[in-house]
Amino acid sequence: MSGSIIVFYLLALLTLVSAVFAVTSRQIFRSAIYLLFSLIGIAGIYFWMQYDFIAVVQIIVYVGGITVLIIFSIFLTQQAGELLPKQKMGRQVFAAMAVFCSFALVMLQVFKNKFIPATGEVVQPNISAIGEKMLATTEGGYALPFELVSILLLAALIGCIVIAMRSASFLTETDKK
Amino acid sequence: MLMSIELILNSVNLNFIAFNKYVWPNRLDGVFFSIFIIAIAAAEAAVAIAIIINLYRSHQSIDVDQTEEMKY
Repeated sequence: MSGSIIVFYLLALLTLVSAVFAVTSRQIFRSAIYLLFSLIGIAGIYFWMQYDFIAVVQIIVYVGGITVLIIFSIFLTQQAGELLPKQKMGRQVFAAMAVFCSFALVMLQVFKNKFIPATGEVVQPNISAIGEKMLATTEGGYALPFELVSILLLAALIGCIVIAMRSASFLTETDKK
Repeated sequence: MLMSIELILNSVNLNFIAFNKYVWPNRLDGVFFSIFIIAIAAAEAAVAIAIIINLYRSHQSIDVDQTEEMKY
């Protein structure tokens, strides 16, 4: 067993174990921290596969952004040290069945189909190749989805501000109280 | 909750990247799908957290079972 495979199994173990803890932990703050470790493990797997750009995006967006956002909202809305209510047994069974079925589906596809790796020139997934493809308008380019995502992000930005803004009437009501 | 959705989207991303690397190394489509999934997940998380905070502000609770005034 070479060192690279050992590193892969360690990263996969970190990701899976912390993902399971994130789902089963009954303290929501701990669950957020386990989620953070799981995301770091996935970023490590991206690094292991030499997809550096995706790994860096993963760390910036998930580890730096979404986890901090989740922890903030936990602090703002939850009393510390409070245990989450235990889930119903039926729900647990249903969730376990859904997980098992999707895992079985993926494994079935992996073993049933014979994957023939495409021959031809290997595209190095470096940033310049990704950027050129992202903004290409020729066949196989991703200029249109790129613009759509930019519009979506703008809409989400404005929507968040509008939702989280206190309306003027609400403000005066709380002032009266 | 939200964290589970993030986990599921991450696993899908991982599948896209792995299949892209080992089955179609001459293309980059899986990478682009992952990038767009990450962007959409970020937007979704931001909007969801804005809604949660607003709900907490008006109800002092984020328990979905307690927000039932528009139910009937």
